[in-house]
Amino acid sequence: MNENLNSINSENANDVTNDINNDLSNVDDVDIGAMMVPESGMPTVGQKKEDILLDVKGLKTFFYTSNGTVRAVNDVDFYVRKGETLGLVGESGCGKSISSMSLARIVETPPGKFEGGEITLDGRCLMRINEDERFLISEKEMRSIRGNEISYIFQEPMTSLNPVFKISKQISEPMILHRGMSKKEAHKESIRLLELVKIPNPERIVNEYPFRLSGGMRQRVMIAMALACEPKLLIADEPTTALDVTVQAQVLDLMNELKERINTSIVFITHDLGVIAEMCDRVVVMYAGKVVESSPIEDLFSSPQHPYTQGLISSKPDLVTTEKRLNVIPGSVPDLTDLPPGCPFHPRCYKASERCKVEFPPSHRLTDEHLVSCWECKGEEIVSVSETTLEGGEPA
Amino acid sequence: MSDAVKTVEVKKKFKRESEMSYWGSVFFRLKKNKMAMVSLIVLVIIVLGCIFVPIFSELDYIHTNTDNNNQPPSWEHPFGTDQIGRDLFVRFFNGGRISLGLALSVVILEVVIGTIMGCIAGYYGKFADTIIMRFCEILMSFPFLMFAITMVALFGNSIPVLIFVMVLLTWPSVCRIVRGQILTLRELEYMEACEALGLSDWRRIFKHLLPNILAYAIVFATLGMASVILTETALSFLGLGVSPPTPTWGNLIQEARNFTILTQRWWYWIPPGLGIFVSVMCFNILGDGLRDAIDPKMKR
Amino acid sequence: MNDTALLEVKNLKKYFPIQAGIIRRTVGHVKAVDGLTFNIKRGKTMGLVGESGCGKSTTGRTLLRLLKATEGSVTFDGNDMLAMDRSKLRAFRTRMQIIFQDPYSSLNPRLPVSEIVGEAMMQHKMVKNKREMKERVNEIISKCGLFAEQALRYPHQFSGGQRQRICIARALAVNPEFIVCDEAVSALDVSIQSQIINLLKDLQDEMGLTYLFISHDLSVVKFISDDVGVMYVGHLVEYGSRDKIFANPIHPYTKALLSAAPSFDPAARGGKGRIVMEGDVPSPANPPSGCRFHTRCPHVEPICKETVPENRELEPGHFVMCHKAESL
Repeated sequence: MNENLNSINSENANDVTNDINNDLSNVDDVDIGAMMVPESGMPTVGQKKEDILLDVKGLKTFFYTSNGTVRAVNDVDFYVRKGETLGLVGESGCGKSISSMSLARIVETPPGKFEGGEITLDGRCLMRINEDERFLISEKEMRSIRGNEISYIFQEPMTSLNPVFKISKQISEPMILHRGMSKKEAHKESIRLLELVKIPNPERIVNEYPFRLSGGMRQRVMIAMALACEPKLLIADEPTTALDVTVQAQVLDLMNELKERINTSIVFITHDLGVIAEMCDRVVVMYAGKVVESSPIEDLFSSPQHPYTQGLISSKPDLVTTEKRLNVIPGSVPDLTDLPPGCPFHPRCYKASERCKVEFPPSHRLTDEHLVSCWECKGEEIVSVSETTLEGGEPA
Repeated sequence: MSDAVKTVEVKKKFKRESEMSYWGSVFFRLKKNKMAMVSLIVLVIIVLGCIFVPIFSELDYIHTNTDNNNQPPSWEHPFGTDQIGRDLFVRFFNGGRISLGLALSVVILEVVIGTIMGCIAGYYGKFADTIIMRFCEILMSFPFLMFAITMVALFGNSIPVLIFVMVLLTWPSVCRIVRGQILTLRELEYMEACEALGLSDWRRIFKHLLPNILAYAIVFATLGMASVILTETALSFLGLGVSPPTPTWGNLIQEARNFTILTQRWWYWIPPGLGIFVSVMCFNILGDGLRDAIDPKMKR
Repeated sequence: MNDTALLEVKNLKKYFPIQAGIIRRTVGHVKAVDGLTFNIKRGKTMGLVGESGCGKSTTGRTLLRLLKATEGSVTFDGNDMLAMDRSKLRAFRTRMQIIFQDPYSSLNPRLPVSEIVGEAMMQHKMVKNKREMKERVNEIISKCGLFAEQALRYPHQFSGGQRQRICIARALAVNPEFIVCDEAVSALDVSIQSQIINLLKDLQDEMGLTYLFISHDLSVVKFISDDVGVMYVGHLVEYGSRDKIFANPIHPYTKALLSAAPSFDPAARGGKGRIVMEGDVPSPANPPSGCRFHTRCPHVEPICKETVPENRELEPGHFVMCHKAESL
């Protein structure tokens, strides 16, 4: 029953989104020179729309607190292709977690509020907020998406598992709920999943309570839970930060292997560039609620363009480096309630010009996939987005 | 220190919460709690009345005038008079003086004793801890009324005896809370840093532990005021409180304990009843407000 | 002078009793630190790496006598640290300091920076009066990259990185010779981490400080240390100069640890020759018999399960605790 309902809903939503997409493209045709064109959302060159699983455009999530408005996510665009691992990287408070939590709407509202943006998951519109309309799919529909189409793995495996229930109960619950399994089937399936995440003696572990497991084991259980309904999108929010290096290596290997096997897309959130290098196909670098650079993984490490990305990469000592001093980004992360005008990075940027202090730079396209939001990257063979679309829009 | 770049100082017109001192931000948050502020204002009015009405009124609380007894409220006697013609307005504020004064002295003594004992138990631990905590447990298992009756029977019902009884039986709860707090604070890294810096015990207790407990002690004291006022009322009502003719709010209600008065002479018992009700409620609301202001995370 | 050991640690042990029952009978011990021997030379940095629960933090605290050692000896500049009485120790504490991991819980929220940094100077009578103290505080905090005006502020008005600078200033206030940095940069963001590491290096050059740098982050330890010790469940499994440990690791655990650290090179992904160890770190309350690494070691042999390997000096200054060190 449920599945039927879902499919009907999603079909309808598909139609609606298709209509709207058509509308949008019409608008593009008319208003082509204006900066209305999606900046990184829908790539215009060499990219089929069907490949895109998740598309986020202009997402804004603000928090209203007694200290002022926290612009945690401020006009963020990114997309995830099917079967791809996207890395979201940045320092604490850059908005990487909040953007991912906004996807399945697990942000606490209030104090949080979605102030704008459009989220499309597999052709289905989850949210569209702009001046004219405020569309959010209902909480009931969202619940069927959470854990079913989008699942999360969090940093702290201890607090994400309920200490009073056995492992089997916690893994089977979403399967009983979303996939309509019987208790017995779900129990069997739990054991299979634990096997999948390479937990030794799954028949025994399934009847244990979470506190009996080590941190690495708990994180494996979390992964098993997240995969229980074979989600289209897996969001891993710092999944290995609380783990030791050797255990982290195990978990990363496991995630890579599972990704191949069940062909899910992953959004991998971390502050650790080493882990990013290990896991991701594409990377989005965030700073103070904005996307500053997005690029394929190889380009990011070989030729980072944004001064912030450059700073991040060079300030971390590598096992190979031999320098006497580390490169640093001066200053500290700005207060999100009191962001500097223009580019939020300009007070710490070695390249900052007068323009950076007043105007936030639009993204500049370096290659198909490599986009940078920086005024000072322009002189280096970078064409701005509007120009590319002009060229791309009129096939030779 | 070429790269140790300092944060840019941004001058702002308005002070933000994050820039205030600790007590400044506590008061800032308290000010936003309207109920707590109303309670604070009401309490200030009651306290001022209790201080100044007895000073400025011509009548005193034992002045009798049998020609003028059982009068309902009038301009001359705003709260009326009683059976022997004493002015109930003056008696109300005098009673408030004693009720609130008694509550304040009990609370101060219990918090001071409780905090000191709690600090000793929590900081030094081991033997001192065992002794103090066992002693607290013994005191806390005393049946309150039995003990109060015994003490009043032995020493007569005077204010010092009342204070003694109440302080003796309430400080252990403060002590336990303080000890618990100290045990938590002691594990924090800044206390370890104190040890590493070789600071004296005295400094560690007074500069590092007590200021962090002070806030909780103040909340406890505010809430404690309410419960002491109620206890005093209960004891007076049973005739174990302050001996007449000294008025307290409890005594005033006790005097109204008779069917005729209850049904026909409402001015006997409504003012002290309201006095107790309003002040207890205000202390409770203020105490809750303070707790939220001190620890915003506790809310919700 | 430069080659003399400032700190000599011999066979240091720290056991925490496990108590159970109503009468708190000791039923066992958590062997957090079990027989550590190493030296730290004056003006040098020793890095101590290992995974959580390996006893590296306990080691740091036991050296400073924040915890009482169970056995062994710690000699600091010729003084036996473990034999000192309370009053002598209190005066001696100015010579060694500690910086903690969490910049939030390591500062008292009720005291302004001037007091946090200055109180120990007053306590040890290193300054004559409050005015002199304030001058000294300003001098120290500006050395640590903060403004003198910020001395009157309270900790909650600072960011994580600035708080860590305050912690460093507090440690420097008593003119120590030796500082234990217990995961001092682990809780900080990458861009702030590098600032603090540079600051620690600068201060070392300027004041001739000696560090024990405890961290789980291999790249940071490699960057800052002269000597490195690798700990595993209470044992120091490998110890030697930085270059030897990183270029030529011998102990299988060190090798696995090095290969598990993710590198910045996406091309090297999938781990060419990466050793992924099975299982988890064993509990120090119930450590495996013999070599504590035998449960996860790829080269395990029967002898490893029975006898604890000796700490052998394979090359001058390179110690390894492994039965098969020569053949690996």
